[in-house]
Amino acid sequence: MSEGAAERPLPAWSLPADAVDRIRLEAPWPERVTRAWALDGATGEGVRICVLDSGVDAKHPKVGALDEAVAVSIGEDGEPQVAPDDQGDLSGHGTACAGIIRALAPKASIASVRVLGAGMKGSGQILLAGLRWAVEQEFHVINMSLSTTKREFADVLHELADTAYFQRTILVASAHNMPVESYPWRFSSVISVGSHEEEDSLRFYYNPDPPVEFFARGVDVELAWMGGGTIRATGNSFATPHMSAICTLVLSKHPHLTPFQLKSVLHLIADNVGGGR
Amino acid sequence: MTEDGFRAAVAAGVAGADDAYASLLKSVVEVARAIFGAKASSIMLLDEDADELVFEAVAGEGEESLIGTRFPSSTGVAGWTLVTRQALVIEDLTNDPRHARAVAEGTGYVPKGIMSVPLLADERALGVLQVLDRPQRPGFSLQEMDLLGLFANQAAIAVDLLQRSRRAKAVLDTGAGDIAVVARLAAALDELDEGKRDRALRLLEALEGVLTH
Repeated sequence: MSEGAAERPLPAWSLPADAVDRIRLEAPWPERVTRAWALDGATGEGVRICVLDSGVDAKHPKVGALDEAVAVSIGEDGEPQVAPDDQGDLSGHGTACAGIIRALAPKASIASVRVLGAGMKGSGQILLAGLRWAVEQEFHVINMSLSTTKREFADVLHELADTAYFQRTILVASAHNMPVESYPWRFSSVISVGSHEEEDSLRFYYNPDPPVEFFARGVDVELAWMGGGTIRATGNSFATPHMSAICTLVLSKHPHLTPFQLKSVLHLIADNVGGGR
Repeated sequence: MTEDGFRAAVAAGVAGADDAYASLLKSVVEVARAIFGAKASSIMLLDEDADELVFEAVAGEGEESLIGTRFPSSTGVAGWTLVTRQALVIEDLTNDPRHARAVAEGTGYVPKGIMSVPLLADERALGVLQVLDRPQRPGFSLQEMDLLGLFANQAAIAVDLLQRSRRAKAVLDTGAGDIAVVARLAAALDELDEGKRDRALRLLEALEGVLTH
C-alpha cells in the first residue's frame, strides 16, 4: 500500500471490516426532534449563505454588510469570469431575498453572487458559472430564487447540485408553479420551495407529494427594495429565502448535519408533520 | 429546408396575415385584464438579437402608445420575471421613486401593482405577460397566482405559434424562391371558392403526376 493510500481514512468505495470503527459516528439527535431543539436560540451565526441572484444592495438597512460580493460576466474570450461586484443590485430581486434572510438569521454571513441583470444573452452560462463558483467556495447554504428551462444546462446543474450535496452545501431553489420543466429545483439533491399563504415567516410545510418538497411563506411578504425602502410582494422567489434562512438557523445550532439529515430535521419539524410546537 | 420547415413555410403562406396574430395577442391581454378586473395588461416579447423586451400587445392603459416600445431584457419587474422564470406579484410600486419615474417617462402611466409571469414554451422563455393594477384585495391568494400561471401557459402557446409563423414567413421572404412559389400557390388555393378550388386541385394533382412519374 502506498503511503498516500495509507493516509486515506477509507478506501473510496468499500468498507473492510477493520475499517468500521473508523467511521463510527455519534448520533447526537434527541429521542424526539422538536422545533425547540432545531431552532430555539438560533441566529444563523457561523453559517455562510450565498444569494445567487441580481446582486445585493449592502447599504439597505434591512440587509446590512455582506461578507463578499462578486459578479459573473462573459469575458472578452467568451468565457464566464468572476470578479468583485462594485455595482450592488441591478434590479432589486437579490436585495429582496437577502433582506428576508437577514431578518430571520441576523448573524449569518451573507455573500452575493450576481448572475442576473446583464441581459438574457449568455445568462445560462453565467448562472452555471456563478453556481459553480459558489459551490467551490463551500458555502453552507446557497439561495437560488431562479430556475432555467434550458435542457442543455440540466446535466451540468445536476452535477453541481450533487457536488454541493456531498460536500454539505445546501442548495435551496424556487419551484415553478407553471406546467414547464425547469431546473435545478426538480433535483432530489436540492431543497425545493413553493409558497404558502400564511404570515408566519418561520412556518413551513413538508409536501408529501413532491417534486416540490417544502412550502414556506411567499405571499404578501415585506421586502427590502431598491432605494432603501420596502415593498410587499408575492412569489416562490420570496418563499425560497425563507426556507434558506430556516436551513441557516438549523445549521447554526447543528453544524454537523449533512443535507439529508437536515432534510429529515426539516421534515420532522414541519408544521404539518409534528412541528414540535 | 427540412420537411418541417417546408410545411411551416407553406402553412405560413396559408395562415397569412400578421394582423390575425396581433388580434390573437390583443385578445389574450384583453382576457387577462378582464379575468383579474385590472386596469391594463400587456405582453412583452423577447427580441433575442437585440436582447430587449418589446411591447407586443396592450389592453387598457398605454394601449395607444406602448406597442413597439423596447427596454433591456433583464431590467425592471418584467426583466426579473424573464430571467428568473418566476411569476411575481408586487404591490405598491409607487414606493419606489426610480421605478415610478422611469415608467412614467416611458409610458405616461404609473402602475401601482404588477402581476408578472414568464411566457415559457417548452424550454424557451418567449417573453412576459403582465397584469397591472388589479383591484386591491386583502390577502392575495395563491389561487390567483395559479390562475395567472395557467393563463400564461395558454398565452405562451399562442406566442409560440406566432413566432413559428413569423420565422417561416421570414424564410419565404428571404429568397427561398421555390418554396415561396408553393406557399403562394397554397395561399391562393385556400382563397378560392369551392368549385374553382376543386378544379385547381385536379390541375395540381395532374401536375404532381407529371412531376413524379
